[in-house]
Amino acid sequence: MPFREGPLGDLKVPLTWTAAVALVVAAVIAVAFLLADRRETLQEQAYGVTRQTMDTVAKPVSGAIAAPGRWTGLGVDYVRSYFFTASENRRLKAEMAEMRQWRDRALALQDQNDRFRSLLGLRTDPPIPMTAARVVSDSRGPFANTRLADAGSERGVEVGNPVLNERGLVGRVVGVANGASRVLLLTDIASRTPVMIDRTNARAILTGDGGPNPKLDYLRGVDPIQQGDRVVTSGDGGVVPRGLPVGAAVKGLDGRWRVVLFADQASIDYVRILLFKDFAQLADQKQLETHSLPPVTTEDPQASILSTPTPPPSAPTTTPSPAPKPPAAATTAPASARPVAATEPPR
Amino acid sequence: MSGARSLNPTVWLGVPMLVCVGVTVLFSAPIRLWGLQLPEPVFAMVPAFAWALIRPSILAPFAILLLGLFLDMFWGGPTGLWGLSLLLGYAVVLLFRNMMTGQSQPILWGWFAAITALSMAAGYIFTMLDSVAIPSLLAVFWQFLATALLFPFAYRLIDHFEDADVRFR
Repeated sequence: MPFREGPLGDLKVPLTWTAAVALVVAAVIAVAFLLADRRETLQEQAYGVTRQTMDTVAKPVSGAIAAPGRWTGLGVDYVRSYFFTASENRRLKAEMAEMRQWRDRALALQDQNDRFRSLLGLRTDPPIPMTAARVVSDSRGPFANTRLADAGSERGVEVGNPVLNERGLVGRVVGVANGASRVLLLTDIASRTPVMIDRTNARAILTGDGGPNPKLDYLRGVDPIQQGDRVVTSGDGGVVPRGLPVGAAVKGLDGRWRVVLFADQASIDYVRILLFKDFAQLADQKQLETHSLPPVTTEDPQASILSTPTPPPSAPTTTPSPAPKPPAAATTAPASARPVAATEPPR
Repeated sequence: MSGARSLNPTVWLGVPMLVCVGVTVLFSAPIRLWGLQLPEPVFAMVPAFAWALIRPSILAPFAILLLGLFLDMFWGGPTGLWGLSLLLGYAVVLLFRNMMTGQSQPILWGWFAAITALSMAAGYIFTMLDSVAIPSLLAVFWQFLATALLFPFAYRLIDHFEDADVRFR
């Protein structure tokens, strides 16, 4: 029997009110999602299974969509380089001549640097392993600045790993799935990166705001920064290694110091993900584990306090006296019974 | 009685949803043309505006919520941000529906821009509260501009389905 012919056939629900109720229910669900979201914590647990699934699905789809654009770009580059070979050759020759001078200068500085390091006994950090990845999707809105890279947990990528392109720091990994990882850019509103001004060592926090040039917050010191100063990561807090290039300082229209990111000077299609977790990984764990601690020696109160003080050395005589025979027990006694402190010179 | 027929949800809700998802994925490609990136308009604003004008519906708010959640997941933003912002715009259109229906295209474009601005202002405030930081107004303006230019698609959707169910004229 059709519904309209039944006893409830005359029942008329005011659709406008029902739609309003549906709207309120949907809004309540959205509020619940927003309150439960812990994206700004940038913790591994906050990146749920739903997001991981979305990234895993989005990676091949976005990769396929981005491929024609990438091929077109490569084709345009090829045609451009073909037609402008002569002018490109002249430009490259001039650049090479300039680079030769810089190479000589770099070699001299490298040599000087090595000598200073050996003089000071400085221990430099070992190289950090990295993996390369291709960016397949890119969000550029004011409320989210992230990228999806096609390398994930199968290549050892973890939450917190810094991401660079050939010019500088791009951001860091905030979510990892199998085959894909979500990179939070330095420009995202949730991004906070400890940096320092290379010239003055002044510390600051690089704070994203959804625009192209993140702000420098909590700048310390008197006149710590000038226009064009190079900004690098400070390594404070152990989030990213020290010294990664970030950008150049500029004064914004709002009067605040901002950073023009080096990473923006090149397209961020290929990135390097540093497999850097924290500074503990820079130490040789095997060596730390196998290193044996020195034996614990305690002072013997009987020997140090209650024993009679040793007489001052007498004047040398022509007939040497026989050496005192050491007690037999001293050779077999445990280390704690031996008067170590009384005989050892103070350190 | 043919005017009183109800709309097929697959046609007036499902197809625009899929189109929105498709173009959002398409515009997220990391392509640069002459050094410039593609704009990132909020395509979901089009159905959120048009669906409320076409007719009140029980399914439409949930479809908007799903679109918003997709945007948050795909763009990597806070979950629920776009769902709530779009629903707010939808609610306002539903509230002023009687004033908007039958208006000329330029007036409706003005309404669309106002509703887009409202949704983005809501997103701005929610982001501020969620991240405890102030988003860049310039970045918000660019996204607003790119979204406001999508009105012809919203008008086409309204024009296509407005008279499909005469009970809600």
